[in-house]
Amino acid sequence: MAIRDEDIVSIEAPPLNAMENLYIPEIVKGFGITLRHLATSWNKGKTTRALEYPEERRENIPVEKGGQYAPNFRGVHRLNRDAAGRVKCVACMMCPTICPANCIHITAADSPWDDREKYPKKFEIDELRCIFCGMCEEACPVDAIELTPEYDITGLSRQEMIFDKEKLLSIYDATIEKKPM
Amino acid sequence: MPYTLKPSNAFDIDIETTEYLKDHVDTGDRWVLNFGPQHPATHTTLRLILELDGERVARCTPHIGYLHSGFEKLGEHLDYNQYVTIVSRMNYLSPIANDICWHHAVEKVFGVGLTPRCIVVRTIMAEIARIQDHLLCVGAAALDLGAITGFLYSFNPREKIYDICDFISGQRFHPDWTRVGGAMADLPDEEVFRRMVKDFIHNDLPHALKDLEGLVLRNKIFYDRTVGIGVMTREEAIGWSLSGPLARASGVRRDLRKDEPYLCYADNWDGQGAEAVQFKVPVAEAGDVYARFQVRIEEIRQAVGIIEQLIDRIPGGPMNVFTDSKTTKPPKSEVYGSIEGLIQHFELIMTNRGWEAPIAEGYGANETANGELGYYVVADGSPRAWRVKTRPPSFINYAVVSKMLEGHMLPDVVAVLGSINIVAAELDR
Repeated sequence: MAIRDEDIVSIEAPPLNAMENLYIPEIVKGFGITLRHLATSWNKGKTTRALEYPEERRENIPVEKGGQYAPNFRGVHRLNRDAAGRVKCVACMMCPTICPANCIHITAADSPWDDREKYPKKFEIDELRCIFCGMCEEACPVDAIELTPEYDITGLSRQEMIFDKEKLLSIYDATIEKKPM
Repeated sequence: MPYTLKPSNAFDIDIETTEYLKDHVDTGDRWVLNFGPQHPATHTTLRLILELDGERVARCTPHIGYLHSGFEKLGEHLDYNQYVTIVSRMNYLSPIANDICWHHAVEKVFGVGLTPRCIVVRTIMAEIARIQDHLLCVGAAALDLGAITGFLYSFNPREKIYDICDFISGQRFHPDWTRVGGAMADLPDEEVFRRMVKDFIHNDLPHALKDLEGLVLRNKIFYDRTVGIGVMTREEAIGWSLSGPLARASGVRRDLRKDEPYLCYADNWDGQGAEAVQFKVPVAEAGDVYARFQVRIEEIRQAVGIIEQLIDRIPGGPMNVFTDSKTTKPPKSEVYGSIEGLIQHFELIMTNRGWEAPIAEGYGANETANGELGYYVVADGSPRAWRVKTRPPSFINYAVVSKMLEGHMLPDVVAVLGSINIVAAELDR
């Protein structure tokens, strides 16, 4: 289907007029724009864009003003606990299967509890390898793994950034109020 | 690789053999300048071997491959949903447009139809991605010519786009938002989404465009450095198979949204006779850097018009195609509540079960901000594509650099590179 004539906007570059050819008026006009920005951004005016990060955080800003939408945000993972405080995971291996970055490593073992057959003896996520796509959360059939609104994780070594089961459960304890299950 | 490497005869624009260069170029001693791969004006890792005569470019040889990351090969190891995380890293100026295009191609091969709600939201996001890409490009074109303030003003509204992506998907930069037959999740809150998009197109964007145009559009310095630079005629643009704003700035009337309509650009997109969205295609005749700049600015305006038509008409209903289809994951309530849902959920994820992909091949292309972005998918019935070939607009557009630069001055190199908007991650894949 060819494009019809009435769907075309013809664009031309009109030659500069005498005023524009003089350089100076356009330079003054340009300075006017930057000066207006200077004036309106003064003392955190309406054109200010910067977020003074460690003091101001996106969590404390409404979503429509550029804040974080916590229920959706894809930050660091956590392993959820069930009502009895045990790990919810049943070691079904869905998350390591769906993970595009191959960053989840699970060693399954026979469960010590009666209500399920398996549980993760070892559960490790390499947070440096992870791309935070959220597919593990989508794949989990028991809501055991979730991404939290936490994003400022640090570590001094690569080994430290491989989060084991205890670490992931402690993230659950720390974030359960921010993002209830 | 030696600097004296000569391109093949078809690319050869030697001043001894090219008639019209003889007026421009003095036959003095030539010297070779290695431009890039690490240079602020190349934006990413591009390398140009410039053979200079004085300050004129006598020959330019583009070298590629500095950012080759094996994205296409990864497509053979990740399934149709997982690969969306890779394609959004190709053109990182408008990641969500790549997501939409990839699943457009996959759905075309699979024969999966979308729900009206998904079509509308995808169209809105595709247009937002177009604005996102063009804003960076027109800003960077100004930046390369010394107008750093224009770059900053055009960069500001992109922050709002990141917020919208963050809201609907959970990640600002790489939304990885689409899935086969739908999206990763429904809009969290339609009303908030609508307000955010309206706030962006009515408040932030017009101010930024006004500032940018006021700074550079009629500025004589910018005008002199862009008009008549890097000219491609209509025949040349067709001959080098340019697409997108580059082709349209040279007078080629080609826009996939009109020529091969998809999503809301096609008539009867919801199956009930809905009309296609109304928009105009900007076409310029000059084919120079300034025309490309103007075409991109006009495309931003048209994209705003498309979003305005759709934003109040997001239909209700589900985001994903019906849940008993074999390609989309059932909602979590189904997974927990019914055995069928649980079985289908497992079937879709486990490697030894997997999808029922057809044995077929096909090409799906979208009009993204840089031009025609296409994916050629060969499906062999397994959950993974047997081969995925990308048609990146940057790759095709980069081939024409040597043609555009012939006979120009060295400072024009950055003007031309800025107007083509090459993304090396997409170029080298």
